[in-house]
Amino acid sequence: MKQFRHKDIIALRDLTKEEIELLLETAESMREINSRDIKKVPTLRGRTIINLFYEASTRTRTSFEIAGKRLSADTVNITTSSSSTTKGETLSDTALNLLAMKPDIIVMRHSVSGSHYFLSKKMPNCSVINAGDGTHEHPSQGLLDMLTMKDRFGRLDGLKVAIVGDITHSRVARSNIQGLTKMGSQVFVAGPPTMVPPGVEKLGNVIACATMKEAIQDADVVMMLRIQQERQGKTLMPNAREYARYYGLNPVNLKMAKPDAMVMHPGPINRGVEMSSYVVDGDQSHILKQVENGVAVRMSMLYHVCSGEIE
Amino acid sequence: MSLLIKGGRVIDPSQNIDAVLDVLVENGKVKEIGKGLSAPAGCKELDAAGKCVVPGLIDMHVHLRDPGLEYKEDIISGTRAAAAGGFTSVCCMPNTKPAIDNKAIASYIINKAKAEGFCNVFPVGTITQGMSGDRMAEMGELKEAGCVAVSDDGKPVCSPELMRRSLQYAAGIGIMVISHAEELSLVGEGVMNEGFTSTEIGLKGIPRVAEDIATAREILLAEYTGAPVHIAHVSTLGSVRIIREAKARGVKVTCETAPHYFTLTDDAVRGYNTNAKMNPPLREAADVAAIKQGLKDGTIDCIATDHAPHHLDEKDVEFDAAMNGIIGLETSLPLSLKLVDEGVLTLPELVEKMACNPAKILSLGRGSLASGAVADITIFDPAAQWTVEADKLQSKSKNSPFLGWQLKGKAVATVVSGKIVEI
Repeated sequence: MKQFRHKDIIALRDLTKEEIELLLETAESMREINSRDIKKVPTLRGRTIINLFYEASTRTRTSFEIAGKRLSADTVNITTSSSSTTKGETLSDTALNLLAMKPDIIVMRHSVSGSHYFLSKKMPNCSVINAGDGTHEHPSQGLLDMLTMKDRFGRLDGLKVAIVGDITHSRVARSNIQGLTKMGSQVFVAGPPTMVPPGVEKLGNVIACATMKEAIQDADVVMMLRIQQERQGKTLMPNAREYARYYGLNPVNLKMAKPDAMVMHPGPINRGVEMSSYVVDGDQSHILKQVENGVAVRMSMLYHVCSGEIE
Repeated sequence: MSLLIKGGRVIDPSQNIDAVLDVLVENGKVKEIGKGLSAPAGCKELDAAGKCVVPGLIDMHVHLRDPGLEYKEDIISGTRAAAAGGFTSVCCMPNTKPAIDNKAIASYIINKAKAEGFCNVFPVGTITQGMSGDRMAEMGELKEAGCVAVSDDGKPVCSPELMRRSLQYAAGIGIMVISHAEELSLVGEGVMNEGFTSTEIGLKGIPRVAEDIATAREILLAEYTGAPVHIAHVSTLGSVRIIREAKARGVKVTCETAPHYFTLTDDAVRGYNTNAKMNPPLREAADVAAIKQGLKDGTIDCIATDHAPHHLDEKDVEFDAAMNGIIGLETSLPLSLKLVDEGVLTLPELVEKMACNPAKILSLGRGSLASGAVADITIFDPAAQWTVEADKLQSKSKNSPFLGWQLKGKAVATVVSGKIVEI
């Protein structure tokens, strides 16, 4: 078996095409475990995984926890409400204290971009997996999205993928752009100009579109991003109603995409804002398939940082 | 007590001198500049062959963190770092704790610097009381106490009305207003320059227009009131252009930039390097080119470091949580000398930006080696190669993006009022 040579998985930007392929291939084989009656293998027995979540999460945290348990690792969850951070402890001190308990992997979600690199430097003997950092990357989401596309089309090369929404503040968009570019897909992004960051086209094989229509026209994949009304509501857009009208996906504009186009969303969904319920629950929706693949992808990530020779 | 500095390349733009000469100092004053001067009895001699001898360098923008934040820096360590970097005078910004918004704090700084400092310290008072942006500070008394300018550096005076009145009031007193030009609503939660790098590494961006719009406002207010204004730490192409145009119209505007703005781009932030985090943030290649052009054509009057010491605990954190600012006193001269190597400035022009112009703008009575002038003199070796190492820096804090850099040019002697500073 090919070897994965990184201690950490922090960003798809840091991985090669071959490494992404390896993670996806392994995830495919992990899926078989998830379909068994007894969904457990001894692969990571005796390993300790700490899920350290500084931001709220249901899907990602549960998914990582299940992934760890199915590989027989011991998993511990720490969320901010129960951690020392409320007592004013720094990330550095929290890291050093956790490290003293000898974990093998720390899976962290943190609101500050790049904080995983900071964490990783403090712990040379423990793997760090990024479960989302600020507005930077969310590599497990990017991988599970690519796995879901690959399931549907049997390939990633040559796909036209539209990503619509707040690109500037989306770590999901960044991970998808990095990953999809490496895998040979073409990414079309669209959103209100207030939500498209400067130089987005230089991030990879990306075309920034002036309208949503242009982005989803003949797309194989339409990926809608969550609009956080508490954030974008202030100055980036007038209101949810107008956003839905110009940047929301509905059964009418979905017809502009290819007839067999798949619809994706990283969740949680604002029904009626970025997507109408008809699309969320429609035939073309692969949203729950994404969630299902999330477990397999995370099993693959946990497995690979724990195995093989680390550079 | 006299000192003869022999055989150095004496560069004094105030007298149009650039030649190999001797400088004789007596009783803390420059006595004479000439060829083959002989040392009076008991005179100390300093061989300056191959070195440059210039009016003492002045850093018009530093943070000494004293009183109140001595765990980052204090007047002793900060002036030691200044002297080590070749500076004979520094102007310290008022965002101390408490702020320099009254005579007592200004006097404390001046007295401590006189008693224990390694170079001259000229305090800058606040524009507003407690830097609250609310009411003007007692600028008259601040000036009487020895403040050479007023500034709310670290934050802007948000109200255009208060800034307008402050410019007018300060002009009446005869004290310069130094503006921290920043429009906070455009900065938002930004932590680095907004551009491709921020897009790629996912940090929130600060658009250049946040600085440009504030620079333009200060210029319009200065133009309207006829009062002078000095713009601190210029970092953008837009600000340079706006200042250039204003100067051409005759607006009384002067400005400074810092070595990091002509040395680094926001690429230095990659890797989430908190030692590349400062405000204004590092910009892009086009801005660096514009800063250099502004220095070359005289739009930018001064090079000042914005020396901003921070404790390791304030930098060894996640990027968003890290404090803004870097130390600069000990790397300013070599980084600026690179401009001479690159042909951006001549050596005399560099001396103007680092000594003559700050003295002129703030009326410090320095920046010249004319006979009778205070004998503040910097002697540096423009060819000395050295590596920036944290444990060799004099500053209490080590927050520099230049650690490990190989630099060329180093002060070999810093003379304050005729005495060689022993560091």
